Amino acid sequence: MKSHQPQLLALFILLIAGSAIGQTKDLMHLAQLQEQIKGEGDKIQVVNFWATWCAPCIKELPLFEKLNDDRKDVKVRLVSLDLDLDPNVEKVRGFVKRKKIRSEVIILDEKNPNSWIDKVDKDWSGALPATLVINNKTGKRKFVERELHAGDLEKLIAEVQ
Amino acid sequence: MKRVIFALIAVVMLGAATPKNGYEVGDTVTDFSLKNVDGKMVSLADFKDAKGAIIVFDCNTCPVSKKYNERIIALNEKFASKGFPLIAINPNSPEVSSGDSFEAMVSYAKNKGYRFPYLYDASQAVPTQFGATNTPHVFVLAKDGASMKVAYIGAIDDNASSAADATHRYVEEAVNELMQGKQVTTKKTKAIGCTIKWKAS
Repeated sequence: MKSHQPQLLALFILLIAGSAIGQTKDLMHLAQLQEQIKGEGDKIQVVNFWATWCAPCIKELPLFEKLNDDRKDVKVRLVSLDLDLDPNVEKVRGFVKRKKIRSEVIILDEKNPNSWIDKVDKDWSGALPATLVINNKTGKRKFVERELHAGDLEKLIAEVQ
Repeated sequence: MKRVIFALIAVVMLGAATPKNGYEVGDTVTDFSLKNVDGKMVSLADFKDAKGAIIVFDCNTCPVSKKYNERIIALNEKFASKGFPLIAINPNSPEVSSGDSFEAMVSYAKNKGYRFPYLYDASQAVPTQFGATNTPHVFVLAKDGASMKVAYIGAIDDNASSAADATHRYVEEAVNELMQGKQVTTKKTKAIGCTIKWKAS
């Protein structure tokens, strides 16, 4: 019995470390997010800016989920801006879990929106929802600040080809 | 014929070069007349002694607007008596956002105890004229002779989640500068907000 203890302890530490990593990798600064987007040259990058409190955002989420499921040449990221209004990260994580969201969710960890909104796109007023489509290969990008409807994402992707 | 085509191309190119609608800082504001929650029509010209105005495009339904509600009331309390009345205009189409109907606005203003106009604009002509994009979206105006000019466009402050933690209170700073006869330092800012619910075109 005694001989098992170090192994159990190691397992315990691994579990704690694992869960800690799992909990922090979704929190990200804008610079980190931009690095990730640039790093994936072979896929079309689709970045949706949303929040749990934004009704039109929730309405258009299934479009991004479908895109994420159907297109292996597209990388979907759902960037939550919830922390702007409420610092409770668990509220977002709970929502993602409840809705069984399959696309990668990132919780943007930034303050003072005026300092970073222009870095996403100069044409963005800051209104939600907003979506950015980037093709790193062609260097083309599309930014839209409105709720999307069926077929809109496919059109935006075609425009950056 | 050739000349006509060139002229047409020039017009199209000009159009493409200026895709932005609405006001920029320094532009003169065209007065409007909209129905207030008390049933009376309100125009900028009604505020005869005003030195300016704080126009807030705001609504009943946006969680960011709700978070700023007390701050908007406080802005009016602080500045209306000093010649900068606050005028809230609901830019959302009630056809798209039923929670922003005139009746809903009337009870919202009553519940919140608004002591400033809360104007209804189902045609969405005024938010279009201003170039408002989200709620809450502020345009601080300053009187210049007989006209009103845009002096500041943007957010109320830099911290939506907590008024106490805001490091810049943009609207307050702008109005204070205008009252001292100074130029506004920070003329334009951005914040996370709700998209205006436009009617399907």
